[in-house]
Amino acid sequence: MTTPPGDGRSGGGTPGEEVPIASNDDVVRVRQLVRTAAAAAGLSLVDQTKIVTAASELARNTYAHGGGGTMRVEQAAGERGRRGVRVVFTDAGPGIADVERALGEGWTSGAGLGLGLSGARRLSDEFDLRSEPGKGTTVTVAKWGR
Amino acid sequence: MEHVPILKIGDVLLVSIQVDLQDQTVLALQEDLADRIVAAGAHGVIIDITAVDIVDSFIGRMFATIAAMSRLMDAETVVVGMRPAVAITLVELGLSLGGVRTALDLEEGMRLLGAGAAAAVAGAP
Repeated sequence: MTTPPGDGRSGGGTPGEEVPIASNDDVVRVRQLVRTAAAAAGLSLVDQTKIVTAASELARNTYAHGGGGTMRVEQAAGERGRRGVRVVFTDAGPGIADVERALGEGWTSGAGLGLGLSGARRLSDEFDLRSEPGKGTTVTVAKWGR
Repeated sequence: MEHVPILKIGDVLLVSIQVDLQDQTVLALQEDLADRIVAAGAHGVIIDITAVDIVDSFIGRMFATIAAMSRLMDAETVVVGMRPAVAITLVELGLSLGGVRTALDLEEGMRLLGAGAAAAVAGAP
């Protein structure tokens, strides 16, 4: 069995732990960690799929546009005690100059469809994007049980 | 990086995705398929995603790219076995895959691609 680069630094991610996103394999690992946390939080299969898909988009952004970074996933409680998961992506990349535009449909900085950020926002119950040009970007998404 | 195996049944190429798709694997599959369509003289491509639990915009775009690419080489593509949760998520993501033919399962997909292929999968007399 081959060990992908960037792996073996942790036991696969304890909840709340920061996990590096430094390769395409790490993007796959982010999906798996978010899936595990979402299932443990009792989200429905559809809601699990939505938050994992959102996380996949954001992890790819962190890797491809942010030059790599980290992801942290934790179980959390929302309004009226609803259980769910919160996922935070952080990079120290070039940042996003025009956040409003970046969140718009079809806007793309690369070869993609421009669905990454806007799609991740639609798939999440909570979405927060903070970015400073030259400093980096932090995106937080959350999904709550029904 | 893993390569997804491409099987041949009659004049149809069958790709059944059983791994967590990494972006490089997705790109390699597109190129492998283009080569195999020509080499095999295939007229149909079936991508089975029964085992795929998420399709994000990158993976979704692969389906559209493969469909367009194979059409240029005289082959029809059908994506089969999409899970309900994946379909719901794709629509909300904003990806409706308008140009991609789909079928509920492999058997339906083979039927869409024509009787010749369906006979091949039916196999033993």
